Amino acid sequence: MPEIYPIAEITAHIRYLLETDTLLQDVWVQGEVSNMKRAASGHWYFTLKDSASQLRCVMWRSDTARQFVVPENGDSIIVHGRVGVYDQRGDYQLYADFIRAAGVGDLYAQFEQLKAKLDAEGLFSPEHKKPLPAFPLHIGVVTSPDAAGYQDVLDVLRRRFPLADVTLSPTLVQGTEAPPRIASAVRHLDAAGSVDVMLVVRGGGSLEDLWAFNDEQVARAVFEITTPVISGVGHETDFTIIDFVADHRAPTPSAAAELVSPDVADIRADLATSKTLLHQLAQRKLAGLHDDVQQQQKTLSYLSPSNAVRNHRQRVDDLNTRLMTLQKQHLNQLKERLAGKSAALESTNPDVILRRGYAIVREGDSGTIISTAQAASASETLTITFADGDINATTED
Amino acid sequence: MPDISDMTFEKAYAELAHIIEQMESGDLPLEKSVETYERGRLLATHCEILLEQAELRISTLDAPGDG
Repeated sequence: MPEIYPIAEITAHIRYLLETDTLLQDVWVQGEVSNMKRAASGHWYFTLKDSASQLRCVMWRSDTARQFVVPENGDSIIVHGRVGVYDQRGDYQLYADFIRAAGVGDLYAQFEQLKAKLDAEGLFSPEHKKPLPAFPLHIGVVTSPDAAGYQDVLDVLRRRFPLADVTLSPTLVQGTEAPPRIASAVRHLDAAGSVDVMLVVRGGGSLEDLWAFNDEQVARAVFEITTPVISGVGHETDFTIIDFVADHRAPTPSAAAELVSPDVADIRADLATSKTLLHQLAQRKLAGLHDDVQQQQKTLSYLSPSNAVRNHRQRVDDLNTRLMTLQKQHLNQLKERLAGKSAALESTNPDVILRRGYAIVREGDSGTIISTAQAASASETLTITFADGDINATTED
Repeated sequence: MPDISDMTFEKAYAELAHIIEQMESGDLPLEKSVETYERGRLLATHCEILLEQAELRISTLDAPGDG
C-alpha cells in the first residue's frame, strides 16, 4: 500500500523544495509583461513571458513604492526576486522586489551599490533625521533658477505662506557637472546660516535627467549640513539617493514646498481662535475677581465688630432669662409659704370650730365671753352662739 | 514693551502665544490682565494685517566660488 498524502502536506513539501533552493531564492529573470494589475492595496500582479513559457509574479506594496519602473503590458523588463508557492491555488510564482527596464545600462546596479554603501554607513538612519521647523520664515531652495520645479515651489509658497523669505542657491541640476555643483550649493546655503530649512528640488525628467541626485557627493553634503533638508526630486514614483539622506522626502518640488510651509488659511483660523480665547480669558478673569470680592466681603462681615456686639447682646439675653427664671422660682416659694400660713390661720377661725360642735357662751347683757361654769352661774341670762345662729338661755341654780 | 506696529509677524505671533499662556495661567493682577488682553488683541490684529500685506520676498545667493 503506497503512502497517501493530504494536499496541504504535499504542497508544503513542494514549497520546501523551492524555498530551500539557492538559485530560486535569489534570481534575475527577463521577460515581457502581461496581465499587469495594480491592486488598490498597492500590490502589483503580472505575468512575465517569453516565446516558450510564462511566470506569475507578485510585488508587495512595500517594494512597489520604491521602484523606478512601473511595468506596463508589453514592456520588456528584468526582475529580481525569489520563487515561492501560493498554497491556495497550488501555483508557484516569483515574489519580485526589484524591476528594471531591460536594455538600460548598469545605472541601477550603481544605484543599488551606492545606496547599500551609504545605508551601511548610517547616512539614512532615522536618528540623524532633523525635525522641520514649525514656522520657517526663511526658506532656502537649491535648484536651477530655470527649472520648472523652482517656479512650482514659489507658486506654492506665494499661495500658502507669503510671509516667508526665500533664498535661492542656484545650481545646475542635470549633467555630469551637476553633482559637485549641487553639493556645493547645498553647503554654501547652509554656511550662509540664514535659512530655517532647505528644499533641494528638481522637476520630473528621465532617469538620466535625475541622475545627479543619485550622487555620493550630493548625499554627503546633505548629510553633513545642519539645516534640515527636504528633497523633492522628479515625480511621485521616482526615488533618488538624496531622498534617503534628506531629513524629509517629498515626491515633487510642489509637495516639498507644501510640506515645509504652514498654510496662511490655518494661521488666520488660529489668529481668530486666539482672539476669541483672549476675550474668554479676560472675561473669566473679571468674573473670577468678582467672585473673590464677594467672598472677601463675606469673610469681612463675619469678622466685623457688629458681629461681636451681636454676641454680647445674646449673652445679655441669656443672663436676663436666667434672672427671670430665678425670680419666678423665688416668687413661687413665697406663694407656697403664704399658702401654708393661710391654712394655719384658717384652722383657728371660730366659725370652723363652731361647725365642729363647739359653742360660744356670752353674758346676756354685756356680751362678755364666758369661759367658766362659775362665771356662767353668776349671770342670769346667757347668749349661746352656734354655727348656724344664737339662742338665749337662762341659768338655774 | 516693543511698539506693535514695528514688530515682525514672527515676533508678534510668538508674543500673542505667550500672552495667551499668561492669561491662561490666570495669576495676573487685574490691571495687568486688562492691559495684557488689550495688547493681545492688538497683536492679533497686527498679525492679520501683516498676512494681508505679505508678499513672498525672493533673493538669490551668489554662486559659491570654485574650489
